[in-house]
Amino acid sequence: MRRRSFLIGSAVIAGGLAVGYRAWSQSFERNAVDLVAGEGEHLLAGWIRIGTDDTVTVQIPHVDMGQGIYTALAMMAAEELDADWSTVRAERAPGEKAFANRFLARGWVTQGFDVPRFADRITDMVFTEAARFVNLQITGGSTAVRFTGQAGMRVVAAASRQMLVEAAARRWGVAPRQLTVRDGVVTDPSSGQTARFGTLAEEAARLSVPSNPRLKKRSEWRLVGTSPLRFDIPAKTDGTFGYGIDLQLPDMLHAAVRAAPVHGGRLLGVDTEPAKALPGVERVVPLERAVAVVAASWWQASRALDLLEPEFSADGITISTQADLERAQDEALESTEGETVVTLGNASEAFPSADASRRFDATYRVPYLHHAAMEPINATMQFADGVLTFWGGEQDALGTKARLLELSGLAASKVVVHGLPAGGSFGRRIAPSADYLDHLVPIARAMAPRPVKLILSREEEFTHGAYRPALAAQMTAALDADGMPTAWMQRYLNGPTRNEAFHIPYSIPSQEIASIDFATHVQTGTWRSVAHTQHAFWTESFIDELAHASGRDPLDYRRMLLPEGSRARRVLEIAAERAGWGEALPPGSGRGIALAESYGTWVAEVVEVSLGEDSMPRIHRVVAAVDCGGLVHPDTALQQVEGGIIMGLSAALREKITLEDGAVAQTNFPDYPVLRLPETPKIEVHFLESDGPWGGLGEPGVPPAAPALANALFAATGRRIRRLPIIDALSGEGGRA
Amino acid sequence: MRIDFQINGDDISIEVDPAKPLLWVLREDLGLTGTKYGCGVAACGACTVHLDGEAKRCCVLPAEAVAGRAVTTIEGLAAKGEPHRVQQAWIDARVPQCGYCQSGMIMAAASLLAKTANPTDAEIDAAITNICRCGTYPRVRAAIRALSEAV
Repeated sequence: MRRRSFLIGSAVIAGGLAVGYRAWSQSFERNAVDLVAGEGEHLLAGWIRIGTDDTVTVQIPHVDMGQGIYTALAMMAAEELDADWSTVRAERAPGEKAFANRFLARGWVTQGFDVPRFADRITDMVFTEAARFVNLQITGGSTAVRFTGQAGMRVVAAASRQMLVEAAARRWGVAPRQLTVRDGVVTDPSSGQTARFGTLAEEAARLSVPSNPRLKKRSEWRLVGTSPLRFDIPAKTDGTFGYGIDLQLPDMLHAAVRAAPVHGGRLLGVDTEPAKALPGVERVVPLERAVAVVAASWWQASRALDLLEPEFSADGITISTQADLERAQDEALESTEGETVVTLGNASEAFPSADASRRFDATYRVPYLHHAAMEPINATMQFADGVLTFWGGEQDALGTKARLLELSGLAASKVVVHGLPAGGSFGRRIAPSADYLDHLVPIARAMAPRPVKLILSREEEFTHGAYRPALAAQMTAALDADGMPTAWMQRYLNGPTRNEAFHIPYSIPSQEIASIDFATHVQTGTWRSVAHTQHAFWTESFIDELAHASGRDPLDYRRMLLPEGSRARRVLEIAAERAGWGEALPPGSGRGIALAESYGTWVAEVVEVSLGEDSMPRIHRVVAAVDCGGLVHPDTALQQVEGGIIMGLSAALREKITLEDGAVAQTNFPDYPVLRLPETPKIEVHFLESDGPWGGLGEPGVPPAAPALANALFAATGRRIRRLPIIDALSGEGGRA
Repeated sequence: MRIDFQINGDDISIEVDPAKPLLWVLREDLGLTGTKYGCGVAACGACTVHLDGEAKRCCVLPAEAVAGRAVTTIEGLAAKGEPHRVQQAWIDARVPQCGYCQSGMIMAAASLLAKTANPTDAEIDAAITNICRCGTYPRVRAAIRALSEAV
């Protein structure tokens, strides 16, 4: 795609410059103007506005759920602009079609992927008239910096800079190339004349947008690669940062819901009287799959809800218990169903000729996982004057809008979505798994025209999540006389998200990898790093098993199977070296290593562990090496990897959602223990810059953590973990391994 | 029921259901939304405030229990205009990610440091049991360490 095709014409906006990318029809551009442009502003679909007061405003088409992208993306823009960082602001782009994130789509497409399946519904429902990949405004897939930033922000900013320079050149009657730009000031070194961006913005806005602006070389960067204070941090230390749950609107009501315990179940009946007697209660709203209480305050709504005894059906129940789940997994693995996703050499022929003693099999299992973001799910909605207005921290504003159109039956022009920051999300708040919107639309309609804020209690949120699916894989390998693998066969269960992450990084001549679709009635969704979580666990555990079976060092074994000089081998070697791989540890301790690529980033992690007096693991230290190409804001990058490692260890160690009578058994943090400060190990992260394409950082820290921990436990104790969470495997709970 | 107590240094008197947890009184009746609802069972610490100077999880603390006592929330931690030294340490160590749990973390840390100027790792472990799902724990520890070293 040529840049000209998506850079949008500049615009005079009350005396400033706005440059962005082209929406794909004039009507969409007009739509954008109506949404965000003020009095006298006549075109704005852009990502960067430069005001006459020198303020540079960057519009971000992603939700901030803790990953610091507002700062990182604004830095990428400021770098290409040569702006004065102290004048740069970031704001959320409206959740409207004109702000659809084409660069996100382009990133996926140029990587040779289709749009992920979780996004299909979004494009199919509303935007069928447009190309299938141009309507995304999603925060997910660790995409913000590498797609929006690289393909979008930098180009738009470079074009803006070129226009500002051109405006100065015309004013002074000199050639643009003799001018320099620094900290928001254009200078003519020959005459000493200077002009601030703000004074040039209006003239620049009358120029045509350059079709192919020059981007800076990495060696020219001054801001990118440094770590200025994130925009959001001060307000996150004094209680003033506003999350969706804090939203206050005039005349607002509050709703609490209880949904059918078995996902998919229906409300059969409820006596609403007990709730109505409580002070503050406005109405009890029976819904298709839930019952809601609306009151003057959420505490009143919640207390009244507790008095109700709704009856629900258990329609569509597929499995009742953990034993049922495993039986269903085994049946699926042993069936002849499945789609072969990798075929290399001739794996099935490698086996019959192989000596039986050189054949290895293992089955691995992972449980349902809950996101458990600290901000409980909430959303606010108002039906007034024929318009539905929504406020919430959903990761995909356009998908949310699409779902609201479907649920409300309103026209696109009658639904307005305001994106708010989220207190964590980790893949939870994405339209296809946002079942709480199904509840909120009829509630808000019933209470129109008053706005209603719905908050799910922590219990409701735990039992009605969008879990990482519980899955399993059967692995088989054949080894040659030296113990090196000649064939790798794998059958894995794939949840309802896109088939991804199944490639193994190792050079094994014969491979056959098959995917078998597996779904139950339990709601599932995208959990931080999606399918990479389970694939890294079984691939990296199994290769470790093969190394030990061959009597080789797990690091050396992997190295021998990775091309010399590859990004994979480099992160593995650096992590091992920094962790002191091979150096003696106290008795009872062990080191484990694991490697995984996700979202274009290579990560290797080394974990040190021992068993405590209670026979439970103590994680002492994690050393990670990360190659994500380059870094915009190194400190934010570090935060993301630290957090990813902690979430990965937490899940591996203890987290599991299980079923009783087909309903989720865990209801709150006491029965879903997550890692806390006292158990958190020392974490060291080493970033390796490389010339490779930039990868994501929000997720890639997660996948290697579980297998590195399991491999470390094997080194420490001789016990191989083939089932997560680890405490179940160690205690023998949770079924057979 | 009318309940008199002190909030962030001011005496107030409010008419409220005595069973209503302080968390919801703060958020819904007093507009102090910096204190967060996380779990409702005092397991996560997002609702930590100071009650007579001690860290207290207020999602299970009935309003009547604060009668005649002094409550400090995250909004009242700083002296006028200047961040509290724990807040400044949080900014310096770049602790927050999503930030949702950080009001509670900061209140827990401020309470610990007010009692124990130079806490050991074991004392930090015992005092900071709040949940942070983003995984800011290493920086929480680093920020507390930096404050103890400054003593």
